[in-house]
Amino acid sequence: MNRLAFSLTLLLAALWLAVSGVYKPVILALGVASVALVVWLSVRMRVIGVEHNPVLFSWRLPAYWFWLIKRIFWANIQVTRRVFRPDSIKPAVIKVPVPQKTSVGKVTYGNSCTLTPGTVTLRLTREELTAHVLDDESARDLTDGSMAEKICWLEGNTEPKR
Amino acid sequence: MLDVLINILSWIFLLAGGAFGVIGGLGMVRFPDFYTRLHAAGVTDTLCALLIVLGLVLQSGFSLLTIKLLLILLFLLFTAPTATHALARAAMVDGLEPGDQQDPPDMVERDRETKPQGEPSSNT
Repeated sequence: MNRLAFSLTLLLAALWLAVSGVYKPVILALGVASVALVVWLSVRMRVIGVEHNPVLFSWRLPAYWFWLIKRIFWANIQVTRRVFRPDSIKPAVIKVPVPQKTSVGKVTYGNSCTLTPGTVTLRLTREELTAHVLDDESARDLTDGSMAEKICWLEGNTEPKR
Repeated sequence: MLDVLINILSWIFLLAGGAFGVIGGLGMVRFPDFYTRLHAAGVTDTLCALLIVLGLVLQSGFSLLTIKLLLILLFLLFTAPTATHALARAAMVDGLEPGDQQDPPDMVERDRETKPQGEPSSNT
């Protein structure tokens, strides 16, 4: 718990320094006070061990984001083509398995699916993701399992021991 | 010289972002039902925002402003799918079925009778 509180303090301090830009003593003191207040409240509310996830601090996360942005780019091109020929869409509802082990991994899968244009998560359970897809190519993005595989890789070694 | 290049690149990003915003809006009008329109809105949520923020980063140069802009993008990319999913869920709970073209013909017929075509999302 102490280690988590410490890393939260560092993260918040870095965030405050990054977005403030005014480094005068009074302002800095206010920053210290606000960080202390947030950490104290988080400890008191006991959200610190629950919301905190080791995945957040893995080098795999930036790599995953980069992969996802490339994916989003091509999905956008695909949906844009459909916008200009709206008759060619073939909407459908599909179900795919959710192979991730952690709940953060499952939620990341659902969110990444929604974030990619052409697929929207309608329902996410522990085993199954129900998605609305715009056309066959968007459906293939999900059914070929490449995104699920990538998120399993993201979970990787950083999976918390249960 | 480098300044001019960066400026040109930045303008390309900003204009492309704006164009994708318009395309997203166009899709919202042209797609037939609520769920397909969500996909069009997704274009505005992702590539449009991404390109505009990248263009602004190039305009601002490397400074604290860059971090702020990237944070805006990060929060946008986290909240946009949540909002989209909340909309889709609300529509499902409200009983609005996706207009599935793979339905048997009689089911499509029934859909047409119960729901006026073109404005299924307006029965709030």
